[in-house]
Amino acid sequence: MTPTVLERLNFALHTAMTEDERVYVLGEDILDPYGGAFKVTRGLSTKFPDRVLTTPISESAIVGVSSGMALRGLRPVAEIMFGDFLTLTADQLVNHAAKFRWMYNDQVRVPIVVRTPMGGRRGYGPTHSQSLEKMFLGVPGLKVVAPNSLGDPAELLLGAIADDDPVLFVEHKLLYTRTLLEEGRGDLLDWKVERGEGACPYFVLRSVYEPALTIATYGYNFELARRAAMEMMIEQEIFSEIVLFSQLSPFDISPLLDSLRRTGRLLTVEEGGLTLGWGAEVTARAAEAEVPGLKVARVAALDLPVANSKMLEDAILPSDGDINRAALELLNK
Amino acid sequence: MLLIRRFEERLLDEFSTGRLVGTTHAYIGQEADAAGIFSVLEPEDVIFSNHRCHGHFLAYGGDPYRLAAELMGKATGLVGGRGGSQHIHWRNFYSNGVQGGIVPVATGMALAEKARKSGRIVLVFLGDGTLGEGALYESLNIACLWSLPILYVVENNHYAQTTPIALAVAGSIAARFSAFGMETWEYSTSDVLEIQPATRTAITHVRTKGRPACLVLNTDRFAAHSKGDDVRDPQEIAGYKKKDPLAIHSRRLPEAELQKVEREVSAAIEDAFARAAADPFPELKGLPGA
Repeated sequence: MTPTVLERLNFALHTAMTEDERVYVLGEDILDPYGGAFKVTRGLSTKFPDRVLTTPISESAIVGVSSGMALRGLRPVAEIMFGDFLTLTADQLVNHAAKFRWMYNDQVRVPIVVRTPMGGRRGYGPTHSQSLEKMFLGVPGLKVVAPNSLGDPAELLLGAIADDDPVLFVEHKLLYTRTLLEEGRGDLLDWKVERGEGACPYFVLRSVYEPALTIATYGYNFELARRAAMEMMIEQEIFSEIVLFSQLSPFDISPLLDSLRRTGRLLTVEEGGLTLGWGAEVTARAAEAEVPGLKVARVAALDLPVANSKMLEDAILPSDGDINRAALELLNK
Repeated sequence: MLLIRRFEERLLDEFSTGRLVGTTHAYIGQEADAAGIFSVLEPEDVIFSNHRCHGHFLAYGGDPYRLAAELMGKATGLVGGRGGSQHIHWRNFYSNGVQGGIVPVATGMALAEKARKSGRIVLVFLGDGTLGEGALYESLNIACLWSLPILYVVENNHYAQTTPIALAVAGSIAARFSAFGMETWEYSTSDVLEIQPATRTAITHVRTKGRPACLVLNTDRFAAHSKGDDVRDPQEIAGYKKKDPLAIHSRRLPEAELQKVEREVSAAIEDAFARAAADPFPELKGLPGA
């Protein structure tokens, strides 16, 4: 059986806690038998009762306490139950965790991981469905990482835990039940996959035919991008390359530029709001690189809160249909 | 206490003549708190201080030269000129300039020291102004739930920048802490020989019981919050100066001893500022991994 993203994340936490006594896990409602709102921490408190700390509803303190633990030799992994609540941790992430190493002249390290489920499409309404990671991109000293169904989420999370600097680990809720993709099989049958180096690898999905555009994306939206690309391939004979990022900030633009030199067309796909989002930075960096004849387009959520009603939520968040339409417009530019 | 007083006076002088830029928060008037507290802490204990950290740092045993160099933005400063007055780190001493935000961090440090069975305690400095921040109360709750070895010290100087405590703090300060179930002591004194035993009681409690506690020290700052932002009645400040901690303790010392200490402090500060002034500025280096 191919494992799910949830199983791999859970495995990573079990592995990290088994291998390193400095690893602690803290967050709200994470004790068994409940095991966390999305079950990522299931089984941990039974196996490691002294190192799994269920907390009051205190997101600021969860992250602040984690930073203090890290400054004094532990390696905490904090869970924020919904990514929407990252706003409550912003001071701790921006003014404390991300600052200490630089501000103290590299004399300290803050090895914390803050994990959080993000994103919509489950009808949770305006304050439990957002993709707020864009607010934390570009914060000096803070890495932002997002798993996907192609890389191994366990490797990604173990890499984040082994990292000496703070990592914000953004897990899209719909990814949890997805099974991992296997190269050369199923959904990946028609793609050749290139994998970047390091703990947070990028992936480039290349078509065997001449590609007309490059789709850049991350996290769960890779599922939409892949579906849209397959549809365009089958229905319209338009071939795409997909550049999938695991590390959102800071990020290396070069694999994307390599693809853009082949296609000259960039379409970014994200679930956060369009304005001043991830895609804005990616397209700006691509434009600065002077790829000959480059044309760009972005697919993102409407600049609205995420509605509860499925009809409205679907209208607000990007779909594979939106990607298809935007791709056709981009090719006609 | 005299070293803190003279260091801070020198700083204010350097700022007023334009030799230093940025800002500072003078500890003048509150010296007995730091001197009393640090006389009973163990050298390995962990300290988290705030924006008004110079007095704490010097009482911790920090080098006035490295502090002066930091304030001048020099490469030899405590954190190479990156942090400045409010953001310093040396050995087990840390400070950050965001009110309230340091409290969960210090609380997490106490968790780590407990987990590692180091025997160290953590001491975090708050002010009356910090009492408005929600992160404080999240931390107090957690420290009591998890029995963490941390002493919360509130230096209540009755003003949050320019806002008097009557406009910013409702109810009792001490009751805020005791409501969470921690032992809390409150003192109104500028006599270091009263603060010292009070601190010893609190620190012994934290160390032996492994429980959080709180020490409220009602004090008065003589100088402005930072620089030139003092809107208080000069008569009010004159009243505070009648309880000057240096004057109180000086009366106990022979004149010759006082003169000797004054000479030594003066020489140390001259040396610190002269060496710091001659030091080079830092070079800009990138963030790791960026």
